[in-house]
Amino acid sequence: MTQDVLNTSRRGFLKTGAMLSGSLIISFVVPGAKRLAAMGMPAAEDAAAAVFAPNAYLSIGADGSIQIVLAHVEMGQGIWTTLSMLIAEELDADWQKVKVLHSPPGQPYVHTVYGLQITGGSSTTWSEFDRYRQAGATARTLLVQAAAQKFGVSPADCRTENGEVIAGNKRATYGELAGIAASLPPLTEPVSLRSPGEWKYIGKGVKRLDSPAKVNGTAQFGMDMRFPGLLTAVVAHPPVYGSKVKSFDATKARTVPGVRKVVQIPTGVAVIADNFWAAKKGRAALKVEWENGPNVNIDSVAQLAEFKKLVTTRGDKAAEKGDVTSALSKAAKVLEAEYTFPYLAHTPMEPQNVTVKIADNKCEIWTGTQMPGNDQTVAAKILGFKPEQVNVHTVFLGGGFGRRANFQSDFVSEAVHIAKASGEFIKMVWTREDDIHGGYYRPSFVHKIRAGIDAQGNPIAWEHVLAGQSIMAGTPFAAGMKNNIDEASVEGVSDSPYLSSIPDHYIGLHSPKLELPVLWYRSVGHTHTATAMEGMIDELAHAAGKDPVEYRRALLKDHPRHLAALNLAAEKAGWGKPLPPGRFRGVAVHESFKSYVADVAEVSVDEQGVIKVHRFVCAIDCGLAVNPDGVVAQMESGINFGISTAMYGAITLDKGKVQQSNFHDYRIARMHETPLEIEVHIVNSTEKMGGAGEPGVPPVAPAIANAVFAATGKRMRDLPFCNINLKA
Amino acid sequence: MIKLTINHQEHSIDASPDMPLLWALRDIVGLTGTKFGCGMAQCGACTVHLNGEAVRSCVTLLSRAAGQEVVTIEGLSPNSDHPLQRAWIEEDVPQCGYCQSGQIMSAAVLLRENPQPTDTDIDNAMSGNICRCGTYPRIRKAIHRAAELQKEGGNK
Repeated sequence: MTQDVLNTSRRGFLKTGAMLSGSLIISFVVPGAKRLAAMGMPAAEDAAAAVFAPNAYLSIGADGSIQIVLAHVEMGQGIWTTLSMLIAEELDADWQKVKVLHSPPGQPYVHTVYGLQITGGSSTTWSEFDRYRQAGATARTLLVQAAAQKFGVSPADCRTENGEVIAGNKRATYGELAGIAASLPPLTEPVSLRSPGEWKYIGKGVKRLDSPAKVNGTAQFGMDMRFPGLLTAVVAHPPVYGSKVKSFDATKARTVPGVRKVVQIPTGVAVIADNFWAAKKGRAALKVEWENGPNVNIDSVAQLAEFKKLVTTRGDKAAEKGDVTSALSKAAKVLEAEYTFPYLAHTPMEPQNVTVKIADNKCEIWTGTQMPGNDQTVAAKILGFKPEQVNVHTVFLGGGFGRRANFQSDFVSEAVHIAKASGEFIKMVWTREDDIHGGYYRPSFVHKIRAGIDAQGNPIAWEHVLAGQSIMAGTPFAAGMKNNIDEASVEGVSDSPYLSSIPDHYIGLHSPKLELPVLWYRSVGHTHTATAMEGMIDELAHAAGKDPVEYRRALLKDHPRHLAALNLAAEKAGWGKPLPPGRFRGVAVHESFKSYVADVAEVSVDEQGVIKVHRFVCAIDCGLAVNPDGVVAQMESGINFGISTAMYGAITLDKGKVQQSNFHDYRIARMHETPLEIEVHIVNSTEKMGGAGEPGVPPVAPAIANAVFAATGKRMRDLPFCNINLKA
Repeated sequence: MIKLTINHQEHSIDASPDMPLLWALRDIVGLTGTKFGCGMAQCGACTVHLNGEAVRSCVTLLSRAAGQEVVTIEGLSPNSDHPLQRAWIEEDVPQCGYCQSGQIMSAAVLLRENPQPTDTDIDNAMSGNICRCGTYPRIRKAIHRAAELQKEGGNK
């Protein structure tokens, strides 16, 4: 992969994107091709004559350049590289000639399982494993057929290598064969894929393809869009989320040099200026009166008390077996615990921004988004357009963590409203404060657990009630909700492997309805359920007088993948072996997004009660690790992300106002607050593939809490840990 | 008009003197490698060199940079081959990548002043730069590696 490829200029990006669409139209019938044509993409004859696009995922130019089109977006998790590897594995591509692009919205790019165009659920690699390999293999098969035709030999006499087809002493580059290949009839038989023994990249990995552009400032994020005539919009949002503009006075704002327009939109007042600084100064000079909405009554302290009341009743049934009440009454000992979790903001490093141009009955959108198709639909609805009149150009995401996958498309919607109301070509830019005050938080939750153990210390009864807002309610995913249960609220509890060995259990859920919008946050429900489950299991182990690893091993004896991760982490961490004075270990193991992750945390707690995390040893069973170092990177990332969440993360509200505003009071772990040693081990596994982006997060908080218990004898059950006084 | 040198080129910028250097670089000069993350010197994504020192350009007024030398990520090396940039690629440091310009610009000053930094030196020098993807372990490794590269072959 050459750097200039990655540094594709904006013009080049648009041109190649358009050319690709053109080639799709000429070469094959691909669903959505007509829609692309209707958007005014160039007609077939405008595209390079010899371009070969056997499917929507790759095309080959006459110069041998290979364009890989990603149905998923790069937000740090590394799919820019991993999906390209899958195609390259089957195509025998010359890496130097590969260009990677994000796809436009379109039917071919719909998730193979979820049924909409989305990057999420740690699902890219496993959901695309077959489709992207097939895409590469189909292309290679056709190129071989083309070569056979050109050389006058049988396809069986041809082999491929590094972007060339070779037969005896004859050879032709893919570029030279692209024209013939494009004229061949589509394949009628399924292509065979390479066997694992033949893999060159899968299971071995390659260096990240996006690194060169990300170390010299040329990687283009939404924030970096620049066009002639583009103005910047900054929005005055209400101090209480969801409140409306009652009236505003823009007299002063309009006098700020550089300010061009001030327009009211449904979510506030937008100041449009020549540049960000002028727009922000204009916003500061605005006078806005707000009509308070329903969220003005939210108070975090009162809300927590309310949730704590809710969990004293059974709620909707998420899982039940036997008679938990009776079993609890027969237990040798009953442990009771309450775990509490605040709202969390995703705070990707790149604040939300969207560039919108509305002209000639078309709308062009540039942004970093996890759901371009949904954004397209939302924008079209606002404008009274058909979806095909809206195009979404997805650029690199400066972090996503779920915040850029929103069925409301709140950020895109706001920008489209600004462009519509002003008639200007605008880039809407949120400040960090807009981001932190912008809603769509990880919901606040309370868990109440009563667990009974028998005389040997084994759990025999488990009663667990949760209270927290539903993420899925009101979204298309709500269709999958049964008995009022949002799986995203109880995942990790209702399907816990521990329950299968506990004869009597009951899991209940309260889903209070509040106007403050909530959203999936990296690892979703597992952000809280793993903390509660692995914390409570640790409490039971202690009550039983057993070693935390041994106790888990016994309970997980019929769950080999949990066990494999647990055993590997324990072994590599030296579990049971002496530690330097003042250091203590804690363990947690949790499955999420089809992967099994165990962590051993090593901590110390100083006289001031300050926790220091020295070391993390992590083991993951994700089945086949397509790009092993990418998996390691995601575990490291998940550990540090999990530390931020566990130690510092809290969004609190007072009279509806979010009390945090920027990184000084919504803290992200800094380098010196993260472990000096992070070790990641991948279980050698041929089991079903799982994800990597999220599963690293859930065991982090409980591993730390359990280590701190070992150090201090204190259980930390209220997140974040920085609020807990460990002194004395 | 405010005159300053950016990446060894003279620039005259027609902007309000109270405009932070960050926005002059991004919105006026068109150098978008320097990132906006917080606007209050909390995250370090906007780190540039002002007369060789790492500063947060989001709180550095354009007027303060007048007549001074500014270097951004785009000007760190002629061919993106600064030891840190090479080490960053070799260690697969970037994830989303948004903070990495600032990380590298902070690390460049550390490495110039302390060619063989310890882990503690690195922690101290880099604690002003947030990475939400948590690439810290690789940043540490890459800085050590860059120190080696620098020792072996200078800036090439």
